[in-house]
Amino acid sequence: MSAITSYFKDIFLAIKTLITGMKVTGYYFTHARKEIITQQYPENKDTLKMPDRFRGIVTMPHDENNEHSCTGCSACELACPNGSIEIMWDRIEDPDTGKKKKVIDQHVYHYSMCTLCNLCIIACPTDAIKMAQTFEYATFDRKSLTMVLNKPGSKIRKGVEE
Amino acid sequence: MYNFSSLTQSIHDYLASTLSPELTSVVEWTLIGVLLIAFVALSVMGLVYIERKVAAFFQLRLGPNRVGKWGLLQTLADFLKLLMKEHITARAADKFLFNLAPFIIVIAAFLAIGAIPFALGLHIMDINIGVFYISAVSSIGVLGILIGGWAGNNKYSLIGALRSGAQIVSYEISAMLSLLAVVVLAGDLQLSAIIESQADGWWIFKGHIPVFIAFIIFLIAGTAETNRGPFDLAEAESELTAGFHTEYSGIKFAMFFLAEYVNLFIIAAVGATVFLGGWMPFHIGNWEAFNTVMDFIPTIIWFFMKVGFIIGIIMWFKWTFPRLRIDQILVLEWKYLLPINLVNLLVVAFIAMMGWYF
Amino acid sequence: MGGTSFEKRLCRYGKHDFIMIEESTIKEGIKTQEYFVNMGPQHPSTHGVLRLMLELDGENVKKVIPHIGYIHRSIEKMCEKDSYRQIVHLTDRMDYLSAHMNNEAVCLLVENGLEIEVSDRVKVIRTIMSELTRLASHQLWWGVMGMDLGALTSFLYGFRDRELINDIFEETCGARLTMNYNVPGGVMFDIHPNFQQKVKDFIKHFKTKLPEYDDLLSNNVIFRQRTEGIGVLTKEDAISYGITGPTGRASGFSNDIRKHKPYSAYDRVEFKEILMETGDTFSRYKARILEMWESMSIIEQLIDNIPEGEIQSSAVKAVIKLPKGEYYQSVETARGELGVYVVSDGLKSPYRVKFRSPGFSNLFILDHLAHDYKIADLVAMMSTIDLVVPDIDR
Repeated sequence: MSAITSYFKDIFLAIKTLITGMKVTGYYFTHARKEIITQQYPENKDTLKMPDRFRGIVTMPHDENNEHSCTGCSACELACPNGSIEIMWDRIEDPDTGKKKKVIDQHVYHYSMCTLCNLCIIACPTDAIKMAQTFEYATFDRKSLTMVLNKPGSKIRKGVEE
Repeated sequence: MYNFSSLTQSIHDYLASTLSPELTSVVEWTLIGVLLIAFVALSVMGLVYIERKVAAFFQLRLGPNRVGKWGLLQTLADFLKLLMKEHITARAADKFLFNLAPFIIVIAAFLAIGAIPFALGLHIMDINIGVFYISAVSSIGVLGILIGGWAGNNKYSLIGALRSGAQIVSYEISAMLSLLAVVVLAGDLQLSAIIESQADGWWIFKGHIPVFIAFIIFLIAGTAETNRGPFDLAEAESELTAGFHTEYSGIKFAMFFLAEYVNLFIIAAVGATVFLGGWMPFHIGNWEAFNTVMDFIPTIIWFFMKVGFIIGIIMWFKWTFPRLRIDQILVLEWKYLLPINLVNLLVVAFIAMMGWYF
Repeated sequence: MGGTSFEKRLCRYGKHDFIMIEESTIKEGIKTQEYFVNMGPQHPSTHGVLRLMLELDGENVKKVIPHIGYIHRSIEKMCEKDSYRQIVHLTDRMDYLSAHMNNEAVCLLVENGLEIEVSDRVKVIRTIMSELTRLASHQLWWGVMGMDLGALTSFLYGFRDRELINDIFEETCGARLTMNYNVPGGVMFDIHPNFQQKVKDFIKHFKTKLPEYDDLLSNNVIFRQRTEGIGVLTKEDAISYGITGPTGRASGFSNDIRKHKPYSAYDRVEFKEILMETGDTFSRYKARILEMWESMSIIEQLIDNIPEGEIQSSAVKAVIKLPKGEYYQSVETARGELGVYVVSDGLKSPYRVKFRSPGFSNLFILDHLAHDYKIADLVAMMSTIDLVVPDIDR
C-alpha cells in the first residue's frame, strides 16, 4: 500500500514543482515590457553615460591654451607593468633660469598592449594623465592603436613642477 | 458560421465546366498540393520566428529585431543562408539512404497535415478513421530519423538516432491512447464527427476530470514525440553532437528542421481538434444568445487561436525545464504515463457507459 | 554466459603518450572495445578551453583524462620581472570571477611580509568587495549550471542579477571584471559616495530574487532527479585529493579559510560555514546557494558602519622590497583556497611566485567521480565542481 501512496505522492509533488517553475518564467513573459534588461546599443549612444571612474583609455587632458602638465618624469613608464608607455624626452635650456631641464617630446601610448590597470594614473605626480570614459576604438588598422598623447605644439603649463 | 465549402464548391464548378473531368481532378490536386506546400512553408517560417521571440521574452531580451521590421524577415534570411550552403556527404556514407532520409520525414509530415480540419468546409481528406490515420502516418517519421542516423556513418549520430527512435516510439503509444479518451466519449473516429459532437461545448469541459488528465498526458507525450522541450536529449547542444542530423548540411538540414516544426504544428492541431473543439467556437450548452455571438468570429480564426495556445504551452515547457536523461525519459513513459493512461481510459469508458458527462 | 576476460595493453595515443586500454572478450566470440571520445577544447559546457578525453563503454564513462594548458599564459613567469605593485593586475586574470580575492591575496602577502597594519576602513572595504565578488561568481555559476542541464533561461536570470553587482564595481573601481582595486597597503581610491546606498538596494532586491532561483531549479523534480545521488564524493576522498571550496565543504570537509585563518575583517562578522554530509551533486549545488545567503548576511553586517580611516597605508614605501625569505598567503575564493607562495631575494621583484589554484586540484576528481556514470551525468558533475579554466592553467 505504501508503494502506491508514494507513487501518487511522487506524481503530485512533481507536478507541483513543475508548475512553480513555470509560474516564474510565465511572470517574466507576461511582464516582458518592464522586465527586459537588454540595452539597444547603437541606438542609445546619445544617452549612454559611463561612470566617472570608468577606465576606457589613457588620455592627457589639454586645456584651452593647448597646455598639459606632463613633465617627462617617466614615473608612468616605470609603473606600467608591460611597457605600454614610452616616454621620449629631451633636455632643453629653460629660458627663465638658464638651466637645462627635462621636457617631454612625445608620450607614446600603445593602446594595443594596455591592460587598463590604472597604475600609471596613480603614479603620475602631476596628474597629467587621466582615464577617459570612451571605449569605441575598434579599428581595421593596427597602427592607429599606437597613439601620441601630447598634442603637437603643446607645451607644459607654468608652475607645474613643484 | 461561414461555410468554406461554398467557396470550394464554386471553384470546383468553374473548373468542371471548362475542363474534362480527369483534367479537373488533376488541376484540383495540383492546386491543393501547391497551397499545402505554401502553407507549410509559411507556417514554419512563422513558427520559427515566434519561437525565437517567445524564447527571447522568457529570457528578458528582445529577440530578432534587425532584419525587417520587428525581425519578421529573419527566418527568410536564415533559410536563404541554408539554401546556399554546400551539401557535404561523407565518403563512406550510404548515399541513397543519406539522401532519402529527409524526404521520408517530410512526406510523413505532409500526409498528416492533409487530414486536419482547418475550418468548416476546409478539410482536405475527411477519412472515416481520422484519428487512427493520423497516428499511423506520424509513425512513418521514425523511419526517417533512424535512416538518417544510420546513413551518416557516424557513431555519435547513430547513438542519437537510436535514442530518438526509442523515445518517439514509446511516446506515441501514450499520445494516441490519450486521444482515445475523447473518441470513446464522442463515439466516432472521424475528425469531422468529433468536432460536430463538440457543438455544445468542448470535450475538455464536457468530459471533466478524465479528459483533462488525458489532455495533460497528450501534451507531455506530444512534446516528447517531436523531440522538443525537456525531452530533447537527442539533439542537445551541450551533449556531444547534434544527434541524428549531425551529418546533414544545407537544404537537407533545413528539411529536418522544417519537419520538426511541422510535427509541432500537427501535434498542436490534433490536440486542438480532439480536446479543444477544432474550428468549433466556444459554445456553452444551449445558451443560444452566447453561442450566436461566438459564431461571429470566423471558424478559421478559432482554429488558429487554439493551435497557438497549445503551441505556447509547449514552448513554455521548453524554455523552463532542464533536460531529462534518456533513461529517465523512458521511465517516465513506461512507469508513469502508460499506466495512468490505461486506468484513465477505463474510467472514461465507465463514465461514458453511465452517462456521467455533460 | 561464459566468463569475460579482460586484457590490458598499451596503446600509443598521440605523439608522446601511452594509455592502457582494456579489451574484453566474451567467450562466445564477441569482442567489445572501449572507444575514445574527445570533448574538445571548444565545447559549450567545459567552461573554457579544457579538453577531456573520455573513454566510453557504450554510454558509460570509464575514464576521464583531462588535457589542460590551452590557455597557459605563463603568469608566474611574468611575475618574476614585475614589481610587487605590478603583480596584482596579473592575478585578476587567473580566476577572473573572483578577481578581487586574487588581488587581495597578493596584497595581504606583501603587507604581512612587511609587517604593516592596514587601517580598519581598508579591511572592511576589502571584505565587502570580496563578498560581492563571491556573490557575482555564484550567480554566474548558477546560470551556467542551469544552461548545462538544459534550462536555458536560468543563464539570463543569473546574468541579470550579476549586472547589478558589475554596475556597483564599475562606479567605484572603474572596471567590471578585472578590477585591480587593491594595492599593497590599501585600496586604490576611496569608495564612491553612492556605494553604500547601492549595495543596500542591491541586497534588498536580490533577497527577493534568490527564492526564484530555488523555484526555477532547486526544487524542480527534473533537476533533482538529475543531480541527487550522482557523483558522491566522500570526506576521506575530499581530504586526500585536497578539494577545497564549496565542493569539499559539501562532503563534510571543513576547509573555509575565512574561519580557520581569518584575514581582513572576517574575524568580526558572524557567519556559518556551510557543511553538508552527502557529498553528491545536489549537495554541492545547495552548498553554493546557501553560501550566497551567508555572503549577503556578511555584507549586511558590514555595510552600515564602515569605519573612517586612511585609504592607503603610509608605511608602504615607493619601491617595495620584501626581505629575503619565503612567504605564503591563502584566501578563500569562490572556488576554494587560492594560495600565493613567494620566494624573495630581497630585490624589488620576487624570485619565484607560485599560485596554488583551487581549480587545479578540483579538476582531477572528475576521473574518480565519473566512473560508470553516463555522459549527461558527467556534464552535471562538471558544472557543480565549478571549474574556471584560466585558473587551472595560469
